[in-house]
Amino acid sequence: MKLTINEVEHDLDIDTRTSLLDVCRDHLGLTGSKKGCDHGQCGACTMLVNGRRINSCLTLAVMHEGDVITTIEGLGNPDDLHPMQEAFLHHDGFQCGYCTPGQIVSAVGMLSEVADGWPSHVSADVKNGTSLSGDEIRERMSGNICRCSAYPNIVDAIETASAKMKETA
Amino acid sequence: MRPFEYTRASDVAEAGRLTGRFIAGGTNLLDLMKLEVETPAKLVDITRLPLRDIEATDDGGLRIGALVSNSDLAADSRIRNDYEVLSRAVLAGASGQLRNKATTGGNLLQRTRCGYFYETSQPCNKRDPGSGCGAIGGFNRIHAILGVSEHCIATHPSDMAVAMRALDAKVETQKADGSTRILALDDFYRLPGDTPDVENALEAGELITGVRLPKPVSGSHRYRKVRDRASYAFALISVAAVVRMDGGTIADARLALGGMAPMPWRDTAVEKALIGQEPSMATFEKAADILLADAKGQGENDFKIPLARRTLKAVLADATKGA
Repeated sequence: MKLTINEVEHDLDIDTRTSLLDVCRDHLGLTGSKKGCDHGQCGACTMLVNGRRINSCLTLAVMHEGDVITTIEGLGNPDDLHPMQEAFLHHDGFQCGYCTPGQIVSAVGMLSEVADGWPSHVSADVKNGTSLSGDEIRERMSGNICRCSAYPNIVDAIETASAKMKETA
Repeated sequence: MRPFEYTRASDVAEAGRLTGRFIAGGTNLLDLMKLEVETPAKLVDITRLPLRDIEATDDGGLRIGALVSNSDLAADSRIRNDYEVLSRAVLAGASGQLRNKATTGGNLLQRTRCGYFYETSQPCNKRDPGSGCGAIGGFNRIHAILGVSEHCIATHPSDMAVAMRALDAKVETQKADGSTRILALDDFYRLPGDTPDVENALEAGELITGVRLPKPVSGSHRYRKVRDRASYAFALISVAAVVRMDGGTIADARLALGGMAPMPWRDTAVEKALIGQEPSMATFEKAADILLADAKGQGENDFKIPLARRTLKAVLADATKGA
């Protein structure tokens, strides 16, 4: 089968049981995405598939032929950081760093959902959309757990990156 | 995870003939396969089927394709404007990542989050018929207070289905022989009785193709979910309500509850007790009395009976205020 990850096409011969996360980590050397719970509860494995964030541990690689897959490695690199990566560094949005790739990819996916006008559980008015606030960020990022509890700085980083990405958009 | 054969269905008619377990979002099924609670020999990937649209129906309602993601459903402007309770319910469930993957059909078919169902070393009549129920007399804080049997006290975990029940949604299916049928949610779900492993009316190879919503129901739309943390947790009790006022009285009330029964729970006697009445705490208490007349705690979940009462009253007070 073929998988397109970070704009590179890969030819793979894999067991049908292999998750998208395991393909990246164990077969392609893309170890930026982390395995936390392996059950969709922690968000450390978050990737973008066709622009939308998903838990890559809870999906089979064989189901993603033809999809556009982006991992943390596809967002930026040390010489050319994505604004979200830069903001996490600036605000110290982590302690141990294990959840960080998932937090960053999830935050990028989350901002595009907000840009598309998607409401959330805490939106006072689901009919007419909403603007990004601390409460909105906390609710929308609840699928990413940080056991070091760096949450205040994660929220600050996302606010900063959101403002910067709007400027450059 | 046990090995399985993987195949992709290219059209709806073919899907049922491929005789395997359907997989779409996979967020629940793969989780259970990793734990070997589910051990399908063959998976039929239905994600390429053309069931991703939300379309208007001839009777003024909507048809939601079975593969519409929970995110797309909650964000659809027609759902947000005309069926707000459904948008609210979907947004109250899971996380952003899971809602992006989970589908409408799959959400209806979610398995229970009972710990004994998940733990294969424990007895569970739903997972292993005849092995017993570990939750009765065991850890049962999250379990059901209505609709249970001596064989199973598990709850249905969906938020989406609770709102759909209040909205009189119907499930559209196609059987393996190509015939189709439309089932009200009440007829779609099965109470555990002595076969808790049978959770719905689907036959082997029968595929959910969509969900039909009747024409919009006017009134105040509410979805109140009480849970152990503010986000990304299953309901202890949830209430979906659409309440319409006419002058000072309740003209129409549709209510369904989650977290308290093996299926999204609706009791029309509760609604009848409210319609035509002036909203008051006494009226709401009476409605709660009817709802909970047969409710039975199992020990750890006894708190759900007063919690359901208070949540129902709070939702009714909110939905009828300012009328």
